[in-house]
Amino acid sequence: MTDPEADGSAGLESAFEEPAFVPYLAAGDPDFEASVEYVEALARGGADVVELGLPFSEPIAEGPTIQQAVVRALDAGMTPERFFEFVEALDVEVPLVCMTYYNLIYQYGNGETASDDRPVYPFVERAAEVGIDGFVVPDLPAEEADLLRAACDEFGLELVFIVAPTTRGDRLETILERVSGYLYVQARLGVTGARADVSDRTAESLERLAAHEGARGVPKAVGFGISSGEQAAEVVAAGADGVIVGSALVDIVAEGHENDDSTEAVAARLEAKGRELKEGALAGAQRRPRPEGT
Amino acid sequence: MSTETKFGDYGGQYVPEALMPAIEELTDAYERYVLDNEDGFVDEFRQRLADFGGRPTPLQRADQLSDRYDREVYLKREDLLHGGAHKLNNALGQVLLAKYMGKERIIAETGAGQHGTATAMAAAHLDMPCEIYMGRRDINRQRPNVFRMRLNDAAVNPVDVGRGTLKEAISETMRDWAGSVETTHYVIGSVVGPAPFPAMVRDFQSVISEETRRQFDEQVGGLPGAVVACAGGGSNTMGAFAEFVADEDVDLYAVEAGGSSLSVDEETGVAPNSASLSIGEEGVLHGARTKLLQDGHGQIMESHSVSSGLDYSGVGPELAHLVDEGRVVPTNVDDDAALEAFHRLSREEGIIPALETAHAFGFLEAVAGPEATRDVELPETVVVNVSGRGDKDLESVIEETDGRDIEGAPSMEVFE
Ligand SMILES: Cc1ncc(COP(=O)(O)O)c(C=O)c1O
Repeated sequence: MTDPEADGSAGLESAFEEPAFVPYLAAGDPDFEASVEYVEALARGGADVVELGLPFSEPIAEGPTIQQAVVRALDAGMTPERFFEFVEALDVEVPLVCMTYYNLIYQYGNGETASDDRPVYPFVERAAEVGIDGFVVPDLPAEEADLLRAACDEFGLELVFIVAPTTRGDRLETILERVSGYLYVQARLGVTGARADVSDRTAESLERLAAHEGARGVPKAVGFGISSGEQAAEVVAAGADGVIVGSALVDIVAEGHENDDSTEAVAARLEAKGRELKEGALAGAQRRPRPEGT
Repeated sequence: MSTETKFGDYGGQYVPEALMPAIEELTDAYERYVLDNEDGFVDEFRQRLADFGGRPTPLQRADQLSDRYDREVYLKREDLLHGGAHKLNNALGQVLLAKYMGKERIIAETGAGQHGTATAMAAAHLDMPCEIYMGRRDINRQRPNVFRMRLNDAAVNPVDVGRGTLKEAISETMRDWAGSVETTHYVIGSVVGPAPFPAMVRDFQSVISEETRRQFDEQVGGLPGAVVACAGGGSNTMGAFAEFVADEDVDLYAVEAGGSSLSVDEETGVAPNSASLSIGEEGVLHGARTKLLQDGHGQIMESHSVSSGLDYSGVGPELAHLVDEGRVVPTNVDDDAALEAFHRLSREEGIIPALETAHAFGFLEAVAGPEATRDVELPETVVVNVSGRGDKDLESVIEETDGRDIEGAPSMEVFE
């Protein structure tokens, strides 16, 4: 592991010491400058880790809200290189996780490094250089991830995997052997998108993980559908170490964009929403059943 | 037997975690029912292909084309299969498999609408509810097929993102599947997607080359010199090639859509063609590593073809592998040549081909026609796979023909 202090952030290990708020935004949505402000606003609002989406043209794991964010960011000129500049432009202390699809990681540096046939290494090296702490790659199941895992190890980055409500048995083992940073516990089946209720499958998944030896010591952050402080509290009360919130925040960006609101106004709304979600997560911890023997 | 998940470096299973258990379940079902014929699955499939589908389809000598090209040209008539295209072989296989697996609902994507139609027919035949995703642009250019799907009681869901073609329809169907995977089977329409789809779809389609091989030997003797098939995702292609891959003496030509040009516009992210075997680069899309139309950053480019069934930015991983191995020769013809071939086959042989299929005939004209432009040593006997019939394309052919100068093409203007 690299020195977590080197890039000014504390790394992922300490991010889950208390129930964590992990916001997601598509980098560059609706444009580079505004998006920088929005990420900084979320950091002020209490983010413990930020998941930054590097937009890919075929986001098969995303629902309509994030698909549209991806289109806005791509239309505004987001590319992998611009993404790295984006990360460099951010003035935040929190650790950053890059959320993207495998083809972009695989292609980066392709052609320029023709003699070096180690795809994914150039991307991971550049990510480490700008201060990215880890990756989530929704179309890369653990079985296909050996190359990226090795590159992450070499450059000291974490590789987060998603655990779905359908994940069991050998698959769960395979994921737990390869995961680092945190487990992304998918709250429900389907694609991303804000929902009004928290699925019971979340509690089920958290129980399954709690009972699993190999899952000890890896923080569990629940995402997919969380949109309010109350939901964040519920999820943390059910045993999550953190909540991941994407579409509900992207909705704020989208609405501001459609209404032509000022960047400051939208940033203020994001900061307030962040605070609500962080407070929800903290409140959830109070409601947890006391572990036996304490 | 076990499933091929990789073809050289291509293939694999690049899908969201939520889908992985379904893919494992499907792999298991494919191995048991399709490869090992458990519960007589293969026997039932073959029987239904015969009774419902109308197999075997003929292998027919094309007399006029044989004269024109000065060699023996044979046509494998998949256009005579129920539904009017090879797509039924796969759709019937997968819907039946879904039934054996105890699934309750069928979803599928479609480009030209032929796969959607075949799936809707198979689902109605086997009494399964069915929903089809189709790009808005494709809905507009393939209205007869949209209506056919609805006649067979399938719901057709328009997809508005992107350019509204096959690529977007596949992404949208994967999104549906991610939420419904416990009860639903996704009938992928070509030899694309995560393993086991490419191998499984090839197996369902390989009845084409199995019959061709037998029929050619009975009718002509021995093996054909070449097999030519159009390639979108590559299912009729792999179906027509599968039983010949081991026979190195049989040349295999995969004809892609050259669209309006082979050059790409990196700026707009649009390739005015669908020639991923010819000009694509290795990458990962829709669950597999394969050859793709993509820009220098790895963003997938929008493709183009006059035929919606070829209009896709990727191609089957096995086909990409066979091209790298030098076993399959990739080639392409442009929109104009395909339209010309469409009219020629209709006029000369009394067969109105799908616009997709017309690309395969455009290749024949380019290498062996009176004004041949390409230097390809085409063997003495050639089988062309007539992947489908052109009824679905008539609206777009009328429109596209009007804007071009195609010798001998009829005009509808005289009736206006
Ligand atoms: C008649 C016909 N031929 C060919 C194709 C292309 O598909 P594939 O390359 O999978 O055979 C289609 C697709 O819709 C089709 O309808």
